[in-house]
Amino acid sequence: MKTRVVLNVAPLPENAFGSRTLTWWGTIAFMSLEGMGFALAAGAYLYLRVLQPSWPMNIPPPDLLPGTLVTILLLISAVPNYFLEHWARAYDIGKVRIGVVVMTLLGIAPLVVRAFEFPALRERWDTDAYGSITWFLLGLHTTHLLTDVGDTIVLAVLLVTRHGEVPKRFTDVSDNAAYWYFVVLSWLPIYFVLYWLPRIG
Amino acid sequence: MSAAAERLRDTDIGEPELEARLVDIWKTPRGFFGWLSSVDHQQIALRYIVTAFFFMALAGIGAVLMRLQLATPDAHVLGPDRYDQLFTMHGSTMMFLFAVPIMEAFAVYLVPLMIGTRNVAFPRLNAFGFWLYLFGGLFLWCCFFSNNGPDVGWFSYTPLSLTQYNVGHRADFWAQMITYTEVSGLAVAVEIIVTTFKMRAPGMSLERIPIFVWGSLVTAFMILFAMPSVMVASTMLILDREVNTHFFDVALGGDNILFQHLFWFFGHPEVYFIFIPATAFVSSIIPTFARRPMFGQAAVVLSLIATAFLSFGLWVHHMFVTGLPRLGESFFTASSMAIAVPSGIQIFCWIATLWSGRPVFRTPLLFVLGFIFNFVIGGLTGVMVASVPIDTQVHDTYFVVAHFHYVLIGGSVFPLIAAVYYWFPKVSGRMLSETLGRWNFWIAFVGFNVAFFPMHILGLEGMPRRIYTYSADMPWGPLNFLSTVGAVIFALSFLLLLWNMIRSGLHGEAAGPNPWDGDTLEWATPSPPPPQNFTRIPVVTGAAPVWENREALPVIAGMSAGKREILVSTLTEAEPDVRETSPEPSIWPLFAAIAVGVTFLWSIYTPWAIVYGAIPIAVTLTGWFWPKNTTEDES
Amino acid sequence: MKGFAAGFGCLAALTLPACSSVQSALAPEGDTARAILQLFLLFVVVCTAVFVVVMASLLVAIVRRRAAAVDPVLRPDPAEERRMAWIIGAGVAATVIILTIFTFASFLTNKSFAEPRPHGLTIKVTGHQWWWQVNYEAHDASQTFETANEIHIPVGQPVKLDFESPDVIHSFWVPNLAGKQDLIPGRYTTLTVKADKPGIFRGQCAEYCGIQHAHMAMYVVAQNQSDFERWRAQQLKSAEAPSNADLGHGQQVFQSSACAMCHTIGGTNAGGQVGPDLTHFGSRMTIAAGTARNSMGNLTGWIADPQRMKPYTRMPAVALTGPDLIAVSHYLESLK
Repeated sequence: MKTRVVLNVAPLPENAFGSRTLTWWGTIAFMSLEGMGFALAAGAYLYLRVLQPSWPMNIPPPDLLPGTLVTILLLISAVPNYFLEHWARAYDIGKVRIGVVVMTLLGIAPLVVRAFEFPALRERWDTDAYGSITWFLLGLHTTHLLTDVGDTIVLAVLLVTRHGEVPKRFTDVSDNAAYWYFVVLSWLPIYFVLYWLPRIG
Repeated sequence: MSAAAERLRDTDIGEPELEARLVDIWKTPRGFFGWLSSVDHQQIALRYIVTAFFFMALAGIGAVLMRLQLATPDAHVLGPDRYDQLFTMHGSTMMFLFAVPIMEAFAVYLVPLMIGTRNVAFPRLNAFGFWLYLFGGLFLWCCFFSNNGPDVGWFSYTPLSLTQYNVGHRADFWAQMITYTEVSGLAVAVEIIVTTFKMRAPGMSLERIPIFVWGSLVTAFMILFAMPSVMVASTMLILDREVNTHFFDVALGGDNILFQHLFWFFGHPEVYFIFIPATAFVSSIIPTFARRPMFGQAAVVLSLIATAFLSFGLWVHHMFVTGLPRLGESFFTASSMAIAVPSGIQIFCWIATLWSGRPVFRTPLLFVLGFIFNFVIGGLTGVMVASVPIDTQVHDTYFVVAHFHYVLIGGSVFPLIAAVYYWFPKVSGRMLSETLGRWNFWIAFVGFNVAFFPMHILGLEGMPRRIYTYSADMPWGPLNFLSTVGAVIFALSFLLLLWNMIRSGLHGEAAGPNPWDGDTLEWATPSPPPPQNFTRIPVVTGAAPVWENREALPVIAGMSAGKREILVSTLTEAEPDVRETSPEPSIWPLFAAIAVGVTFLWSIYTPWAIVYGAIPIAVTLTGWFWPKNTTEDES
Repeated sequence: MKGFAAGFGCLAALTLPACSSVQSALAPEGDTARAILQLFLLFVVVCTAVFVVVMASLLVAIVRRRAAAVDPVLRPDPAEERRMAWIIGAGVAATVIILTIFTFASFLTNKSFAEPRPHGLTIKVTGHQWWWQVNYEAHDASQTFETANEIHIPVGQPVKLDFESPDVIHSFWVPNLAGKQDLIPGRYTTLTVKADKPGIFRGQCAEYCGIQHAHMAMYVVAQNQSDFERWRAQQLKSAEAPSNADLGHGQQVFQSSACAMCHTIGGTNAGGQVGPDLTHFGSRMTIAAGTARNSMGNLTGWIADPQRMKPYTRMPAVALTGPDLIAVSHYLESLK
């Protein structure tokens, strides 16, 4: 087909942040589907609970300490995450390098405590349906935590190589920070369901 | 690629050189390794389509075998074990390995072309999704051919699918196949959404988005929110079977209805993953052959969106006889009936478009007309089964088998074949034979109706589903025989289609860019489209860009002529916003798919596979995202 | 109108040869099935009318007109667009009205029989892979009894069926009498049926439950009150004592071989709980959950090689000599 030029896009930038990029939207899409998975798992938890006369079935509710500690650590981590995002948008390589290392440590810390959360459920996954669904919920979130920490570590390494200072890397940091918010926020309802619902219901 | 070459713009060089350079930049490298590392949406889509048709053929042969077994009472064509594996494989393959992937694949092929861009948003994810789908499907069929195919029905209800009620790992194979295909399906859904949101040609505001693209977008959203449900269900099933969890173990607090809820929360929207793209095909084909824009385009788009939302509120109608509270069930009757309204609106708009247009009868339109006939029947029986009392009689009988085949074949495969006839010229550059097309249509139409209409009566006469045989004392013989005859005829129509495709692919009439005079952007580019799709990205000023710009298509300049570049635009108004680099071919998606695929397979035999497999998965994913010395990451 | 009736008649004629009343939802013999069929016929009539109207408009849409246009009409005539919009609006309104009527009609029909009704008899039906265990309940334990695969009910009274399943999901379906109800492990479901007049109604499991799902049928026999009482009284008795040496030998073979490990015959040493109760086996119409008629030939064939009639059935082949096999079969047939 014959064509005629009506617009020149050369002046447009080649890098951007947030909703102006494809990866941000991809990240949101993944958050949506994973969030849906969490919601369904929580739904299954509530469903099984409604069927039982007592819940947990045969044991006291989970020990609060590890889970609450994880929650606190995650909430605290939101603060440097915020600053990291800010620095990334400013293309400040020095601060971004530090920030990513901090986030790596703040990601590993809850993972370490998480290891203690599983036994705090007081029951194995194969004891009964309560054990199964609590391990399932906790396991789902742990997978997200693990993969995001993995992502962050890879980014941290990249940032100290020669690939570190290109504009796209800053967008990657920004997207990774957005995903970290999801890891933190998605934990809160799960924390509530696992630790507080059995105590108040 | 030297830095200077990378900075080259399309304003710096002339048209012929621009075209040659873009082909060179966007093409997939030659050779086997190049083929494996392709990230070209056209190639990947075609691979999906060919693979899906291959699986359809396998499942179709399975269907013919089952029909042969049922043609007469107490037949010995198949024993119960093979039969049970076959109906499970038939349903699972048709739903997970054929229908959903092929609809997604058409979107992967057509959406970038229709919205005027060069590739999907995440080309490597696209490649990864294909390999995973291929591995999952091949894996499942290898199990079947080694007499280890799942035999628990395509929806694999518990407790039948728990360890104590079936042999070996058959149900695990089913559950893992779900995992493969769901990851693949979700990957495509994410791509379609982001591509459609952010990569539209300048000027393609919401009301100018083609109906097909709307349909693909709506379907992708449904997939995003429904597929996690079947992932949860199949994962819980595998966990119950392999590591002794008790999600479905009644003795220890589990519940079997939980599985049904999780499965059907996905399962009902799933049929709309298949049906909505089919209606999107129809909405693309009718305007072209009616020679006018779609009547009530906005209403049609809103109907698609309404259908998508409503489809999440129907799932309990698959569970009407499980003893759920009556009032709750009645709600689902109302919602299941309500979804007929947006479908009805679409049908009325299609008829209105034809009524006020000047129809040109070619094979695509014939299949669309056949679709309307078949789908109205299927939709009306759908309204019948939506009624709880009626469903208590016809649930799990051949009446329901008739219903869903009318909506899935009549309502989705007929439009799919129409789409094949419609877009084959674009994909291959050649026209399919019109004469063979008409024979194809009539044989398919007659065969399909003869095969499936009698099943309504069989169901009402007491024939349940999923029985490998029946006694001569029952009166079901004659109608079953008739149905088998129809099935064979219907199967033959596919051979005719295949023959048409081969013959026309080799010797067909040259198609040119727009043989049907369609109005959407895919017809503004050569047939087959070059690897970059468009040498210059179009600018859209209306809903029918080709019809409205006969003399010359408005396009943009200023894109790179030295590297893979796509234009990102704003969400609603599609104003040009950012020039992003698009990923180059890469072998890492294949490696990652192998790592993930092997882990899934291995995890059937030991849960530690997840731990061990995490290492190669992490390595391949890191390799995937690690920047190369290529321009995409260095801009 | 005449044409329509003729068309309907033709359709009926085409389907009638295939129409029979066995296990058919189209031949109701119970109040629930009748109510459902009436609702269904309402749907069929209305849906057929809708189908005809839609197809007619499609047909007219494609055959009416017109000179072929080469160029597409980019801006269709606004007046015609408006007219079509009104017609479609009317169509949508009609659709909504029809669907609302359907929804209410369904709700009312459902309500009429889904509520717990006063009933006389309660029967517990337990689904197994691949047979039906039937326990007649009563307040007085001496009035309870067990049988398998064949349920007798008195005519004209609602009978409550309580369902259980210890293994997988089954579904109880006797279309002549009522819609189906699933038997779900861990849950209790129920169905009330009422037969209008005496008859024999075949039913079949309607939820895929494994490899012999196809051969899991049952019969519901509706009898007038006196016949039912006679049947019930007979079922309450222990098994008939053998009246001659051959039958005595048969009983002895039964008790001393593997048979007694799975089957119960009331009043004898055979007390197995795995397979169906055989106390009044001779009074049943079929064997192997409706798979074959209850005759000497079929019975001996079944006992000698169950896998032949019902591959993968749980019943093992019990090795018996020819004479022993005949004796056992005679004995079982004598258990009226």
